[in-house]
Amino acid sequence: MKKKALVVSAAGAVLALALSACGGGGTETPAAEGGGTSAPAAAGAAGFNAGLENVTNPSDKKGGTLKMAVTEDWDSVDPGDTYYGMSWNLLRIYGRPLVTYNPAPGAKGRELVPDLAESLGQMSDEGKTWTYKLRAGLKFEDGSPITSKDVKYAVLRQLDKKTFVNGPTYFNDWLDLPKDFESVYTTPDVNTDSAIETPDDSTIVFHLNKPYAGFDNFAALPATVPVPQAKDTGIKYRDHVIASGPYKFETVEAGKTYTLVRNEQWDQATDPVRKALPDKYEISLGVEGNDLDNRIIAGDLHVDIAGSGVQPAALGTIQTTPELKERADNPVAARTWYISILGDVPPLDNIECRKAVILASDRVGLQNAYGGQLAGDIATSLMPPSIGGWKKLDLFPTASGDEAKAKEALTACGQPNGFETTMTFRADRPKEVAAAESMQQALAKVGIKLTLKGFPTSEYFTAYAGKPAYTKANGIGLATNGWGADWNDGFGFLSQIIDSRTIREAGNYNLSIKDPAVDALVDQAFAEQDTAARDAIWGQADQKVMEGAYVLPAVYAKGLLIRGKGVTNQFITGAFDMYDYLALGVQ
Amino acid sequence: MVTYIIRRLIGALAMLFIVSAVTFSIFFVVPRLAGVTADDIANRYVGRAATAETVVAVAEKLGLHDPVVVQYGRWVKGIFVGADYDYGSGVEFCPAPCFGYSFVTKQPVWPDLMDRLPVTLSLAAGASIIWLIVGVSVGVLSALRRGSIFDRGAMIIALAGVSLPPFFTGLVALSILSYGLGITAPGGAYVPLSEDPVQWAYSLILPWLTLAFLNAAAYARLTRAGMLDTMGEDYIRTARAKGLKERVVIGKHGLRAALTPIVTIFGLDVGILIGGAILTENAFSLQGLGKYATTAIAAQDLPKIMGFTMLAAFFIVVANLIVDLLYAVVDPRVRLS
Repeated sequence: MKKKALVVSAAGAVLALALSACGGGGTETPAAEGGGTSAPAAAGAAGFNAGLENVTNPSDKKGGTLKMAVTEDWDSVDPGDTYYGMSWNLLRIYGRPLVTYNPAPGAKGRELVPDLAESLGQMSDEGKTWTYKLRAGLKFEDGSPITSKDVKYAVLRQLDKKTFVNGPTYFNDWLDLPKDFESVYTTPDVNTDSAIETPDDSTIVFHLNKPYAGFDNFAALPATVPVPQAKDTGIKYRDHVIASGPYKFETVEAGKTYTLVRNEQWDQATDPVRKALPDKYEISLGVEGNDLDNRIIAGDLHVDIAGSGVQPAALGTIQTTPELKERADNPVAARTWYISILGDVPPLDNIECRKAVILASDRVGLQNAYGGQLAGDIATSLMPPSIGGWKKLDLFPTASGDEAKAKEALTACGQPNGFETTMTFRADRPKEVAAAESMQQALAKVGIKLTLKGFPTSEYFTAYAGKPAYTKANGIGLATNGWGADWNDGFGFLSQIIDSRTIREAGNYNLSIKDPAVDALVDQAFAEQDTAARDAIWGQADQKVMEGAYVLPAVYAKGLLIRGKGVTNQFITGAFDMYDYLALGVQ
Repeated sequence: MVTYIIRRLIGALAMLFIVSAVTFSIFFVVPRLAGVTADDIANRYVGRAATAETVVAVAEKLGLHDPVVVQYGRWVKGIFVGADYDYGSGVEFCPAPCFGYSFVTKQPVWPDLMDRLPVTLSLAAGASIIWLIVGVSVGVLSALRRGSIFDRGAMIIALAGVSLPPFFTGLVALSILSYGLGITAPGGAYVPLSEDPVQWAYSLILPWLTLAFLNAAAYARLTRAGMLDTMGEDYIRTARAKGLKERVVIGKHGLRAALTPIVTIFGLDVGILIGGAILTENAFSLQGLGKYATTAIAAQDLPKIMGFTMLAAFFIVVANLIVDLLYAVVDPRVRLS
């Protein structure tokens, strides 16, 4: 791109941003039309959406420095204390879990492949016992051998959620832990063989308290990245994570920068997954969002680690600048933005009233509220298309509201003239503000009067929408919500948001789904050992949620990502729905 | 003079104490009055899958279950004598001044603040020198050439400078000068002065100019107004009647009198700036105190917010003290007693 064109487009983007900021309308400009998915380019070729199904700019050239950046630091670089998709994607350059995701474009990227382990897990005891054999010749960055005991220690240490507050709790919930075990720090002498055995240095056996045929997904969690007990420093371990992957930390400046250089102890012969092309990674944290986009466009940076898409200003610039659009990808993420319909508050305890809300809503208006076609496809259910078992449901119209049917439902519910309720949203998220306003306008047409209440994101689930005592006391009937998959299967997406047994005193994400039939399907899916059959059950659960009208799905989220100048092997992995960070190189 | 300074120092300490108590109350007492429990607060600092037991345990670990007075006392004590911190695998002593540990990043607050201070000091120093020189010079010239094309042009530019926020001018400047023409450093390219003074200046020139543009405009207008007032005074006419050179009349008699309000506002501005040039640091991705503050506020990271507030308050109080002392130098009519 010529410099002059860049100056004009960049300045235009900034101007657009400033003007929109000054506008103060509280809504974001919907994306322009015509941003839909186009046919992917041929393998290795460039073009819009080329990275969805192809490796762009393929190369095995080693060397150079890959420059990455993110607007804010994530929770932690400690594999045992992180819950961000970008972090799970990135940490694989310095940490190796037992199992990981195939570094390949599209759906192939969701396939699990052995990493530290020689093969995927060997299941026994009807899915309650899982055995992995480690590869030979594995070493930490200090040259010490990686053994199964280091993996066991890594899994056990992160169970201490008082110390490692951020990570998921799957191992806490599923391992058959002895009752007197609290933490590797407070009860180090308790025998934990009932949960994890290490009969020799290369074998690790997990014992679950209930069967789960998809345990390889657990084995792919960062929690299985080995940690040498002698080097564990609790929370401070994040200051110096001991590398098992091809790169090790050179500098760690929390909130500012990380640099990683080659781990000389890593042996390519033990690792069929990684290419380890760059000599160095430079990661800048806290980079202003618009500046970050401009730097990637100009070639000063290579990758936005967040992988959730460019800022609104760059969105417009990329769409209207052919050279930039050629470098862009618009993947559908495993994330759904939706509105919970809380049946605790009359008359929404009546399914017909819940249906009336869905029927009256303006689905196109909601899509525009969430950013338009480039930011999301209109959703027909809770589960997004990239999750196994997904099927397109046709239970409700997806156009601009069906007033006649909505009024029929209201009559059936005993509220022919409508009713009043309150809708909550995260006030610091303009898209949710717009979604709430869209709902207010659409529902008013059938007599449903919404009072809108905004709350800060930081307390939204802990003190307001996610706290049943509050929602019941304050008559909250609708609440904006959103969820992304921990990994791309039904368990990874649905288990935390449709199972009524996960609902607690506060901090809930499942705000509205309390259906024994749904809970039964969740149990059925846990026990099913055949992957296809399990996926089908999750699909049924998804359908059951919609049949109960417990949620109004808005959009399956999409992001507009831009490929860096001079970056090789850049493609969207179906595992994280962002660029895969294992294969990247620089020209 | 000494008595005056001691009295002011005691006043400054009292002010810092009040600031700390008020800030602590805003973040720890007000939410409780609104019905937010200690566990609700702890919920902000746990992962999205945390159980109720985890939340309670974290609240306990952070000391949120204790009465607010006890929490405040512990915080103050940490500043003077240090505090212990449980890392999970062991306990470490945080030496005084210990402003606590971030609830989110688990890093001690004070070293983080000191780590970021040089960035903000660098930004403030360069920008304030530029805006003082440019602002005062333009203001004086505009006053002396009142109504001229220079005066009108300068005041229009000054109006633009005051009106345009740094996040706008900063991003436009970066887009054009850094990414378009490639003549200035990109955002976030800060190099410490101790490492390479030339690169330090190169990396900061655009933030300096952006920040200076905002403040120079205000100073030019202020200086111009002051000079116009002063130059109409009888003693200026007397000075001229005595046969003094115009340079002396303007510099020694006119500007000196007009400088008093400039010194006041300059001291406060620099104090506020050292407390964090939030918009400029964010626009240029500079990891200074302003950026630290925005991150802390966004995450509701209370220890970081407290630490930053205290440091910012300290600089403003010190700047105020220096301004008061400088009054005596600038204006001989002022006597410190």
